[in-house]
Amino acid sequence: MAAPSLFSTVIAACLAAMTALPAGAEQTSEEAIAEYHAMFGDENPAELWQLRGEELWKTPRGSRQVSLETCDLGKGPGVIAGAYAELPRWFEDTGKVQDLESRLVTCMTTLQGLPESEVLAIKFGDGEQKSDLEAVTAYVVAASRGSRISLPLDHPAEKAAYALGERVFFYRAGPHDFACATCHSESGKRIRLQTLPQLTTPEGAQAAYTRWPAYRVSQGELRTMEWRLQDCFRQQRLPQLKYGSDVAIGLTLYLARNANGGEMVAPSIKR
Amino acid sequence: MNSSLRVAALLLCMGPLASALADPAPDLTATLKAAFEDKRQATLDRLDQDETQKLCTQYRDQPPAEVAQEIAKMNLATVKPPADGKYLGDWKAGEVVASTGTGLQWNDDPAKPNGGNCYACHELAPAEMAYGTLGPSLKHYGKLRGQDPAVLAYAWSMIYNSSSYAPCSNMPRFGHRGILTEQQIKDVMAYLFDAASPVNQ
Repeated sequence: MAAPSLFSTVIAACLAAMTALPAGAEQTSEEAIAEYHAMFGDENPAELWQLRGEELWKTPRGSRQVSLETCDLGKGPGVIAGAYAELPRWFEDTGKVQDLESRLVTCMTTLQGLPESEVLAIKFGDGEQKSDLEAVTAYVVAASRGSRISLPLDHPAEKAAYALGERVFFYRAGPHDFACATCHSESGKRIRLQTLPQLTTPEGAQAAYTRWPAYRVSQGELRTMEWRLQDCFRQQRLPQLKYGSDVAIGLTLYLARNANGGEMVAPSIKR
Repeated sequence: MNSSLRVAALLLCMGPLASALADPAPDLTATLKAAFEDKRQATLDRLDQDETQKLCTQYRDQPPAEVAQEIAKMNLATVKPPADGKYLGDWKAGEVVASTGTGLQWNDDPAKPNGGNCYACHELAPAEMAYGTLGPSLKHYGKLRGQDPAVLAYAWSMIYNSSSYAPCSNMPRFGHRGILTEQQIKDVMAYLFDAASPVNQ
């Protein structure tokens, strides 16, 4: 495994310090990211997660002591190039539509023989508590950079997952009556100074979906789509979305399909 | 034609559209409940929909005129005017409510007062640049409208239950759903109307 570049490590430390700055700096989200690029160029601390993920991918682990190098993400055993741009998709062996994260859980438990409780113990990292799932996700996603999102929805279960995702997107609930659509069905709108992606049109969905997962500057963490969705529901005042649930996968597929044809750039950098 | 007949006629005419928009699969609420879990104060019952939420979901927030009227009527009936008849509280306390975005999320402290988070969606005080644009600008709200009792009552209704005048609005129904207390709504009202409030500078 290549050593993480010293530069990435330094940036991660600087960013951690930046997040301690007083809030209220009046900047739009675009201005904040532009400032970041002016300071750090194209360096992205997500590289640290990708490198750790690559090592996890290639290291024999679990009761079977095998690596993930024969894990089938939909394009054949071990093929990661372009795989994320075609997920979520139907998998014959599990009889389910799966997103990348839930598919990785399948490979870790069935291929490697890791206990599911261990695989799911840390879904989202928090400082020193590292999530293996986030790291492997970052590694696999980076192998789709430049690939165009392609979800033909050939399988009836994929069509059904899309339909579920779409219905959930417009479902209003909770004390605040919020749906996903409340914030994400009009273009050019903001929450405070944070620009909101319009997720029901190809252009809007492409702009958003192709940039997730992302290194989140405000958190000093790499975050995946599973994290992004459950955090939206937290802000909607709804309960905890279950990781890998049919609703999480349906919504992801709804967004991915709306973004069809978009060119993947993730892992990116977000405020 | 009386109004219930009109609604019935409308629903008949809209048959194919209505059935395309209505829940096709079994119960979506049950599907959602299986995909979520309780987390602190954010419990699964929050996924249950009241009648307004059901209708707004069904029509994707664009109800036909007759349905919109029914939603408005149903929600207007929930609006409780201030018990002492005084609409305006303390604008300084209202500014705090307008600027606070926390409350009712599972990671929020339930012991703290909920925020109204007005600035997330509305421009208010001209000096505050960090405002959102999902809702209309409320800059100079009281200065432009004065304090006629009808004006006060309308603004109170919009904050207490936005669907009373704007059916399926994006705006939470702050009083009806127990997000803000009566006193907090009075304070937000003062923030909008008080001549000394930064909103009217």
